[in-house]
Amino acid sequence: MFGFGKSDTNALTMDKPHPDSLLDTGAQGVIGKPIDRIDGPLKVSGRATYAAEYDFPDLAYGFLVRATVGAGKVTEVDADSVRGLPGVIDVITDYKTFIRNPGQGGDTNKPPQGVADVAYFGEPIAIVVADSYEAARDAAQQLRVSYEAKEGRYSFAAYREEHDKPPEGVMPPYTGTGDPDAAFEGAAVKIDATYTTPSQNSAAMEPHASTAVWEGDELHLYGAYQMLSTDRIQLAKAMGMKPDKVRIIARYVGGGFGSKLGIAPESVAAAVAAKAIGRPVKCVMARQQVFDATVRRSNTEQRVRLGADADGKLVMLGHNSLVSNLPEESFFEPCGQATQFLYAAPNITITHDIVRLDWLLAASMRAPGEAVGMIALECAMDELAEAVGLDPIELRKRNEPGEHPIDHIPFSSRQLVPCMERGAALFGWSKRKPAAGDRRGEWLYGMGMAASARSNMLQKSSAKVSIDGQGRATVETDMTDIGTGTYTILAQITSEILGLPIDDVTVKLGDTAFPPAAGSGGSFGAGSSGTSVYLACEALRGQIADKMGVAADGLTLKDGRAIGDNRSVPLAELVGDGIAATGEVAPGKQEKETLQSSYGAHFCEVAVNAVTGEVRIKRMLGVFAGGRILNAKTARSQILGGVTFGIGTALSEELMHDPRNGKIVNRDLGEYHVPVNADVPQIDVEFLSERDIHANPMHAKGLGELGISGAGAAVANAIYNATGVRARDFPLTLDKLLDGLPAV
Amino acid sequence: MRFTINGQSYQADVDIRTSLLDLCREHLGLTGSKKGCDHGQCGACTMLVNGRRVNGCLTLAVMHQDDEIVTIEGLGSPESLHPMQAAFVRHDGYQCGYCTPGQICSAVGMLDEVKKGWPSHVSDDLSDPTFDDGEISERMSGNLCRCSAYPNIVDAIREVAAASGDAKTAPTSREPAEAGA
Repeated sequence: MFGFGKSDTNALTMDKPHPDSLLDTGAQGVIGKPIDRIDGPLKVSGRATYAAEYDFPDLAYGFLVRATVGAGKVTEVDADSVRGLPGVIDVITDYKTFIRNPGQGGDTNKPPQGVADVAYFGEPIAIVVADSYEAARDAAQQLRVSYEAKEGRYSFAAYREEHDKPPEGVMPPYTGTGDPDAAFEGAAVKIDATYTTPSQNSAAMEPHASTAVWEGDELHLYGAYQMLSTDRIQLAKAMGMKPDKVRIIARYVGGGFGSKLGIAPESVAAAVAAKAIGRPVKCVMARQQVFDATVRRSNTEQRVRLGADADGKLVMLGHNSLVSNLPEESFFEPCGQATQFLYAAPNITITHDIVRLDWLLAASMRAPGEAVGMIALECAMDELAEAVGLDPIELRKRNEPGEHPIDHIPFSSRQLVPCMERGAALFGWSKRKPAAGDRRGEWLYGMGMAASARSNMLQKSSAKVSIDGQGRATVETDMTDIGTGTYTILAQITSEILGLPIDDVTVKLGDTAFPPAAGSGGSFGAGSSGTSVYLACEALRGQIADKMGVAADGLTLKDGRAIGDNRSVPLAELVGDGIAATGEVAPGKQEKETLQSSYGAHFCEVAVNAVTGEVRIKRMLGVFAGGRILNAKTARSQILGGVTFGIGTALSEELMHDPRNGKIVNRDLGEYHVPVNADVPQIDVEFLSERDIHANPMHAKGLGELGISGAGAAVANAIYNATGVRARDFPLTLDKLLDGLPAV
Repeated sequence: MRFTINGQSYQADVDIRTSLLDLCREHLGLTGSKKGCDHGQCGACTMLVNGRRVNGCLTLAVMHQDDEIVTIEGLGSPESLHPMQAAFVRHDGYQCGYCTPGQICSAVGMLDEVKKGWPSHVSDDLSDPTFDDGEISERMSGNLCRCSAYPNIVDAIREVAAASGDAKTAPTSREPAEAGA
């Protein structure tokens, strides 16, 4: 199958389990170790270059112009009103080419184009280019634009009765089993609760930015993107070009969290402007424009019904969600993703319907689905535990399924119960008191927990690994590292399999000149791109074994030497002028034959001020199982980040839409409240040992979104335990708690 | 105009609207200081002006002729890291790296403020503040990190503070309200 030494491509479709792993038999001993990020010294010294940090002679600055109506038509852009300003080069509008909405992640179609029509307030309709940033910004703000305004749909509450069933996304919009309504009717214990979550913004610290440079008929775009191989196709199609004429470079990306999965408006605008003026153009979106015109997580209204018998065994599980999006968009926030398989229930209904609104695009934000869906499900489970009179962990154990409750396929690996048990012991869960039972002065203390689950996915990905004449390895793939630790884990995989000191491995990412990769998203980055590197290294091992004249399984590679047949030879001697191989992985039958997910359990202790309702998180702890951990340090950091997103969801994050025109009212980091250092306590993270032979040859599953899944529910459940107040309208700001707090 | 940045002298002809941050990033090739919001809300542009931490986006370049400006590039290089930079690497006090230069400059400036005895919002004693994790978190809350390396950032700063040997920054541990079983 692999053709060691004959072919330079090692391809694997994950149709069968892969019980053996070269990461278990490697001799270098670096896999899993908490080694420092190899890109760390560049980042901490300010030498890592992000999209807006490449210099070109004759560089011009672009500043986007936004529509200031919520719906309608642009009738005139009065370019002459600013052309005479000092430093201004031109005002460029290309109504047909500019993209109206950003691209959806992984989409290989072009994003919706055409900005003569205004689909939402803040839609970029033109770009001003100037010799300096200040001149471009000033002119963009002074530019006179006329509109023919139309009536629009700006209020979720007003249109919530009008909704449609979307096409299938990462899951079917409607799924279930049995007769849920009848089962709920007959259940001994019933919970019927509706939870609402607002629109949210990823708020990555680096604003979206593109520097467009034309080299003849080729477009080079230095961008801030997560999935270069499909971003390149989106950009090429939008520009009417062939993908091989477009190159995207994103060596360092200042966070993404979904907002940089597809191309954003500044990319096409910069490319069009650069062509028009014959100079490179850099366009950085202002923070307010990032809020206005990239992507949001949809607001949600989720009705959860749980029917149980007197012992707490679920007889019915219902999770019916209303979400929102623009009229032509098919993406829906898949709130019920984890509900499909988290608990055993013979009768299940899960639905998603879209309310069509003239608000900016709704698309993927960290853990689309679970991030807000598990808030509803896991808070409802807490309510059920209270109603049945069971400990929340015991309730979940009684509903632990033996197989996927709807599809009846086995779990590839699942340690939800061990995660909850270990977490309970570490956290001191047994000291939890009944609701509103722990007052210390003016502070009400409480503990909450929630389960965590995030589906594991494998995506097509490829990478080339070469060993040069000095015995040093280089990895090349258009994978990105958006803070996830990709540079480091790919170096560790290479180091482990090829037996090289990690300093002898160079990793080159973020350039579509390299083999196409899965990109960073959906918690599939490490598993997919890591496997492609694994496969390339496996092929190189075969080539080295041939050169040694030994069988591949009789070869040991360690510290830059090949050892076999009682000989130890430096790799540099064996490889001559150098060897290279490409690894390619694709998803296969395994993802249909098993249900793959990472799991965990969150624990949280809060103190709520009895006078003001202020919530302080005292401590959080999570225990997780995500298959093999590739780097204990970066894996922990991914969880910390996810948990903190959960804290923001629970307590502070809310995009507010003006009901008159859909405008984002709080369009900056002063008014959209992401957690700050003082909001986040020390967070304890532990990983359980696990291998998943159905996921990939590394036996690793996704972690990037596991930390957020369920985290907000643990916070909310702790607030209930502290106060006895069950608030269901997120974020749980103090005004929603005050009325229920005890008399002072 | 004349600017002194990282001990080096620069001449630049700047627009009166140019921020100190844009002077560094767009005119002098010093792109280590980051622009996250351009409104003083995120702290990614934090640099040291005459030893004090400032948001480079909130001050105009023309106000800083003859000031001593230190950016992340001036604290250390990949080959020779400042102790705070090295501690951030060791403790993984970052992920994407975009807020990191601001966090590090802010941490260096903050420790100097503590050494001078400046209190914060959470100090129990305004004339003689103690130094603990709560003080670090409070004093670093002007620097957003969406990847949320906050716990690791606190670890890194605590370690550098302890190693500095200054009595004012000798960390005292403040136990969580209730420890686990």
